[in-house]
Amino acid sequence: MTGLYGSGVSSPIAFELTDVVAGPPDAPILKGISLSIPVDGILAIAGPSGSGKSTLLRLLNRLDDPVSGTITWEGRDLTEWDPRELRRRVAMVFQKAPIFPGTVMDNFVVAAPDIDLPRAHHVLDHVGMPRELLERRADRLSGGEAQRMSIARALLTDPSVLLADEPTAALDGAARRTVEDLGMEVAASGVPIVWITHDTAQLRRMANHAVVLVDGEIAAFGHLDELDVHGNPRVRELVGAGGSSGARPASTPTSVDESSEGSP
Amino acid sequence: MNRADIGLVGLAASSILIAVAVAISMWRRLGLERELVWAALRALVQLLIVGFALQLVVDDDDPLIFSGIWLVAMHLFAAYTTWRRAKDVPSVFALSLLAYSASALVTLGVLFGFRVYDLEGRTIVPLAGIVVGNSLSATVLVSRRLFDAARERREEIEGRLALGLSAADAFQPVLRESLRTALIPQIESTKAVGIIALPGAMVGLILAGTDPADAVRVQISVMYLVLGSVATTTAVMSLGISRKLFTSADQLIRRD
Repeated sequence: MTGLYGSGVSSPIAFELTDVVAGPPDAPILKGISLSIPVDGILAIAGPSGSGKSTLLRLLNRLDDPVSGTITWEGRDLTEWDPRELRRRVAMVFQKAPIFPGTVMDNFVVAAPDIDLPRAHHVLDHVGMPRELLERRADRLSGGEAQRMSIARALLTDPSVLLADEPTAALDGAARRTVEDLGMEVAASGVPIVWITHDTAQLRRMANHAVVLVDGEIAAFGHLDELDVHGNPRVRELVGAGGSSGARPASTPTSVDESSEGSP
Repeated sequence: MNRADIGLVGLAASSILIAVAVAISMWRRLGLERELVWAALRALVQLLIVGFALQLVVDDDDPLIFSGIWLVAMHLFAAYTTWRRAKDVPSVFALSLLAYSASALVTLGVLFGFRVYDLEGRTIVPLAGIVVGNSLSATVLVSRRLFDAARERREEIEGRLALGLSAADAFQPVLRESLRTALIPQIESTKAVGIIALPGAMVGLILAGTDPADAVRVQISVMYLVLGSVATTTAVMSLGISRKLFTSADQLIRRD
């Protein structure tokens, strides 16, 4: 596979999946997928629920192992990485932000035991949370704040890439947009994101490239301009082609560097 | 009649109390008559057998090996009971057998090592019985709680794993809570002893004619024994279980 930029433009390939079968062995969810995932800007993973999006993401930082097939990251088989080091470099945020007992600061300490106040303030600034929330009990945060805290926590491990498993699905409209904006800022600041969403409007706001999963198989993979005219109407629907939200910004500050794409 | 000797007549008379319970059950239509009679009969038969078997180990000239066999059988049975009450917990039989044995080793090691009691059948078997008997429900409780918590608090645990924590570190807060939950009732009942409850061992000694001051000293050592054994058993058990919940790659194993 030449990667999602097509037309021979080389791109950094971070994850390489070969014949990956995953899920319960007697009823696998991912049914043998092969894929090179270049990590650059934001790559969206779209597909209906149950199509294997989360299953795929959980393989990438080894929260789960595939039943068969291999996955490499930076050219090295995932099983050769120390799982703890891998997870700090391939960080993950979840649909429902896990909240650890104690304050926001206590939550930061889990990720960075030696964190000091300036660094805590810095990361709060980064995710757009007021500094006084540092001493707030984490279970008193709103849904959007909790998700931003969990992104901050993940960033404290200095990851090379961030996996995001529908991080806005449990949030209401306004909070959803702030987390979305944060995702785009994080990607723009140099931490690329693999972002699962089944919200086509969000997909078009955030990403230029998408993997479309249907029934545990890759239905399509490429630039939205290609997916919008894909032969399979299911793919066009899942990326929101021609939908009301089709007004994708010509250029977002965040997503894949437009210059590397070649002209559409 | 000697204080220590309840004859058959005495036994029959005390069974009137079962009749009272049965009468209450019938009067209030609790439907527990059969259960009550069955429980009373089982207790009678089991204890008669135990009493007979104890004859074989408690006499001064009985070889210690009989006590050893008794201990092994008791531990196997305790592990079996634990397994029956927590079947879905992985390796629960082997783990609880290990936990009970470790606890017996530590607690009896202290009691006999410091010569609190003389090492003989008369002391080994009852003391080991107290260790196992009191640890059993706490062990079942902590096993169930840990196992359920691994499922119910999956998101929190995986959240820590995803930040690069080891399985042991990711599970530590859950482990801590489960162990506290198992130990707190024991601490509470230790605090309440003498005020709310007169412990069975002391009551038994006093009824059997022992001087209350002596009975109290025995009781105190028994209570410390119970606390120590519950703490040891649950600690070994929970460490064992938490290892079974994760793979060697620090992954929480799915069991749904």
